[in-house]
Amino acid sequence: MTFAGDDRQMYRKGKKVTVKKYPVIWLQGAGCTGCSISVLNAVSPKIQNLLLDELVPGHQLNLLFHATIMAGQGEPVIEVLKDTQKTRKAGYILVVEGAIPTAHRGLYGCVGEKDGKHLTIEQAVVDLGANALLTIALGTCATYGGIPAAKPNPTLCKGVQAIFNEKGIETPVVNVPGCPVHPDWFVGTVSVILFSGLEALKLDNIGRPMLFYGQLIHENCPRRADFDKGKFAEKLGDPGCLYKLGCKGHYTYADCPLRQWNNGTNWCVKAGSPCLGCVEPGFPDGTSPIYEKITFEELK
Amino acid sequence: MITKVKIDPITRIEGHMAIEAVIDDGVVKDAKSAGTLFRGFEIILQGRDPRDANRLTQRICGVCPTAHATASALCIDDAFGLTDKIPDNAKLIRSLILGSNFLQSHILHFYHLAALDYVDAAGTVGNLAPFVPRYEGDYRFSSQVNAELVKHYLKALDIRRKCQEMLSLFGGKMPHNVGVVPGGVTEKPTEDKITNFLWRLNEIRDFVDNLYIPDVIAVAKSYNDYFGIGMGCKRLVAYGGFHLPTGKLFKPALISPDLHPEPFDARNITEDVKHSWYADSTSGRNPANGQTKPDLDKKQAYSFIKSPRYNGSVCELGPLARMVSNYVQNDEKTKQLLDPVLGELAVGVDALFSVLGRHAARALEAKLVADSMVDWLQQLKPDDPIIVPSEIPEQGDGTGLNEAPRGALGHWMTIRDKKIERYQVITPTAWNASPKDDKDQPGAIEQALIGTKVKDKDNPFELVRIVRAFDPCLACSVHLLDAGRNELGVFRVV
Repeated sequence: MTFAGDDRQMYRKGKKVTVKKYPVIWLQGAGCTGCSISVLNAVSPKIQNLLLDELVPGHQLNLLFHATIMAGQGEPVIEVLKDTQKTRKAGYILVVEGAIPTAHRGLYGCVGEKDGKHLTIEQAVVDLGANALLTIALGTCATYGGIPAAKPNPTLCKGVQAIFNEKGIETPVVNVPGCPVHPDWFVGTVSVILFSGLEALKLDNIGRPMLFYGQLIHENCPRRADFDKGKFAEKLGDPGCLYKLGCKGHYTYADCPLRQWNNGTNWCVKAGSPCLGCVEPGFPDGTSPIYEKITFEELK
Repeated sequence: MITKVKIDPITRIEGHMAIEAVIDDGVVKDAKSAGTLFRGFEIILQGRDPRDANRLTQRICGVCPTAHATASALCIDDAFGLTDKIPDNAKLIRSLILGSNFLQSHILHFYHLAALDYVDAAGTVGNLAPFVPRYEGDYRFSSQVNAELVKHYLKALDIRRKCQEMLSLFGGKMPHNVGVVPGGVTEKPTEDKITNFLWRLNEIRDFVDNLYIPDVIAVAKSYNDYFGIGMGCKRLVAYGGFHLPTGKLFKPALISPDLHPEPFDARNITEDVKHSWYADSTSGRNPANGQTKPDLDKKQAYSFIKSPRYNGSVCELGPLARMVSNYVQNDEKTKQLLDPVLGELAVGVDALFSVLGRHAARALEAKLVADSMVDWLQQLKPDDPIIVPSEIPEQGDGTGLNEAPRGALGHWMTIRDKKIERYQVITPTAWNASPKDDKDQPGAIEQALIGTKVKDKDNPFELVRIVRAFDPCLACSVHLLDAGRNELGVFRVV
């Protein structure tokens, strides 16, 4: 991968080394900022390291645009978007958080304004996506539509890959779903790309890195023994397998039981809640009612 | 000369927001506050299992999801007839979860959203993204103080993360906790969890006492003209919140501009839509009968947020409203926190109606909540119940009123045939960032902007400092399609 003009020469132990800087544009669409907040919860590396340090030796991210944390506002930051797509063709990573509203010419969601004209989320994703080296769709809204696209999908929200398919954009998309995304899934995906290149990232048939979405929740669940013994919780707060309370861990692929959340503090099933299936394309319509058992026949 | 200044996007807030100010001879004569995203949660919720509202409405906002989790749980408890049966443990754990989220939200707001308007970060770390581009000019701290505050900015990233980790002990995960459910909570308060929570909380309290509050006071001293900027409508509303076994931490009230508290009654809330993209036939309704019916052809509309009003009056919600409500109702703890700080800054309660007053109220509120959480932890009883079983009623109505980090939050629902027939949410930012109402009264942020002197139209620090002091949460609230456009001669986008 080559990135245009962001390399930094420096001396380390008397030797001249090059640190590659990877420009990142982080767009927020129809979402809740929860995936950004989740990435702020990263532990090793911490968000400070992600922003300021070499993420892996010799490679550093350079976050040019992120509306929640960037200092600037108004037209100058929209200029950053325009400038990046023009001057760094195939030289930056686009991160999209949130779904893309397409009804009414995309006017249900705008990123900002330039020269008196709205820049819709849809237009920004198309323009920046077409010129990016690769796009990371972050969270279930950006990957598969998520809650904004739930029935009756009032603003005709879509995920990034669906938009790219419609517009014939061939930029590769990596889907990193979750409601919200786990910070490690984002950091880990970026790490594979920086260490070994995009081609080293093994994806499943819906574009997710196998490294994080390769196994069923059910396979690694600490309540699995209860399932095998037929010991089921009958109401919330009970011990036992949460299958009868609507747990979707039987068809949800993620490593939550092993990785856990918030610095390994806890996770949904451990806390007594059924898995919501939030990393799956069917979330939430195909995974609800949340507290009702869904049979394997219904899944087909 | 009349100039129209538009700032789109307003960054360092939650969500998508734009501000338009008409400036005549250096003074803001008119202002429009608008959001630029509409998702239609209330429409998506129709026809679903009522219990799912508790999980789905959290996804309205990733910064303050627990506020929606608790308001919707209260709303469902009400509709299911459970309100009087909720175990004390559940009330305490819900409040601990909400309190943890207040702390992460307030710390994030001051250091990571607001502080870059006052602290010259690029002067310390260099001209690096995302600290440039930015407004240039009015940064008043010495380079030494700037460097110190940048260190605190980085430290605060750790502390706000630890607030989330503390929350997840009882909440399962953050954002979007799973621990708050209709009827109670899912995690038992075992002794090891209580102790673990307490010591995480102590580290956060230490940060609030020794860095957050002193840093807010430092900003207040160097930018003390901002006690006189951004006064706003001066009428406050608190629904009351943190539902504890012994009552509420925050007292409900309507506070008049002369600081007189009156009883609050949710039946006096109406939502106007004259300047919003909704059918005029839905205007003036109480949220219990509210409707969300988009109408994109209205010429005078400029926002997708409705205009909530109390007895027809514009009101401000948030930490300022809560702290003043508790203060004028003689809450001892609140007075003990506010009086010394007002004394140190040599200002009266009236000065709280300002940019700095909102920051000070938020910081002191963080301390009030954090210190109270220690008491709540000690009231937990490990062997007592945490949840009551429930069944979905054939039909029912529910109201859930609570306080979110950004102000009072209300959820209203109607159940028919065991499904959600109607769901309405009024968020604090809907009040604060609302457009003009049916009587053409500007919303709270609009009123705070109007009358402001803007020194430099290319770097209008005053406008963004006013807006950010309200800590707007747009995903929760504001929705815009297309404002009436560019009728004035000079148009500046900055």
